[in-house]
Amino acid sequence: MANEMMGLLGRKVGMSQMYDSNDNLFGVTIVDVSGNTVLAVRSEDGNDGYNAIQLGIDEQKEARVNQPDMGNFRKAGVSPRKFVREVRLSKDAASGYAIGQDIGAADVFAADAWVDVIGTSKGRGFAGVMKRHNFAGFIRSHGTHEYFRHGGSIGTRLTPGHVLKGKKMPGQYGNKRNTVQNLKLIKVDAERGLLYIRGGVPGPNGGYVMVRKAIKKS
Amino acid sequence: MATIAQLEQELFAKNFKIDIRPGDTVRVHVRIKEGDKARTQIFEGTVIALKRGGPRTTITVRKVSHGMGVERIFPLFSPWLEKVEVTGRHKVRRAKLYYLRGLSGKAARLKPIRGWRPPTDQSAADKPKRRRKGRRRRERLAAKHGAE
Repeated sequence: MANEMMGLLGRKVGMSQMYDSNDNLFGVTIVDVSGNTVLAVRSEDGNDGYNAIQLGIDEQKEARVNQPDMGNFRKAGVSPRKFVREVRLSKDAASGYAIGQDIGAADVFAADAWVDVIGTSKGRGFAGVMKRHNFAGFIRSHGTHEYFRHGGSIGTRLTPGHVLKGKKMPGQYGNKRNTVQNLKLIKVDAERGLLYIRGGVPGPNGGYVMVRKAIKKS
Repeated sequence: MATIAQLEQELFAKNFKIDIRPGDTVRVHVRIKEGDKARTQIFEGTVIALKRGGPRTTITVRKVSHGMGVERIFPLFSPWLEKVEVTGRHKVRRAKLYYLRGLSGKAARLKPIRGWRPPTDQSAADKPKRRRKGRRRRERLAAKHGAE
């Protein structure tokens, strides 16, 4: 139980294709998880009140780091990092890590494991209902004017007298934290810290993600 | 950081050179698994689209079978394909021949490129052509001097 829900930070390299044992084609996402460093270890015994480790990835220029964060890096004795996240662990698991320790892909993951990937989806800005909710829009002929991409009616009249909660409307689409669960880990390249994950992963190429052991599958 | 292009090179470690163009007539040898038996089926038709992408390259092959247009998309480097023979090359003016879908019979014909021959042996085609200049003369002289 050393790493029950252990995860690593990574960058999405991009997608390609591979063939399985039956020669069928499938899509893979390649995630680079090299350069993970432990910045802090949280313990329920101390002031933190919970068990976790804080990971950082990718070096950052000192000038781009604000003072509170810089304090955190100084305390850990580690150069500043671009992407910092915490991974919640059990008490035993968290205490097994030391500040400043580097964690490689093979320390956490093995091929054929199930993983969840957490990332920030591609931002599409303020999107209309056709793009955001796959509404059909309106017919372009028969006199329709200035109403091609609208959502139509948003409710009835006096009953219930208000718009129902959760009504699908235009708004911000994407650029939001997203988790994709139960993806199969096809291959682990320990040397370069690359994970080959079957299926898609949120975010653009080069975007930061967290890869963690699947919660719902072992 | 490694890029997808680099990784694909390693992943497949293969030469992705191809000599297939839109407008070619091809015979695609497809391996088909039925239970535990495997056999080869040939799909012959016109390449109406070539989508390049290194190891992800695909071709769309169209044929008319019993009066019904049939199109199949083949990943060119799939293990399912035993080989792809090019049997004809035609003069086409665009990269995607989707307009053929709307045509039938005589209208759907393509004009062959005159003088084009299918490559007999792939390895022979890769070799540089030998210089033949003066060969006959050299042979003649050699024969003459040898006789003396």
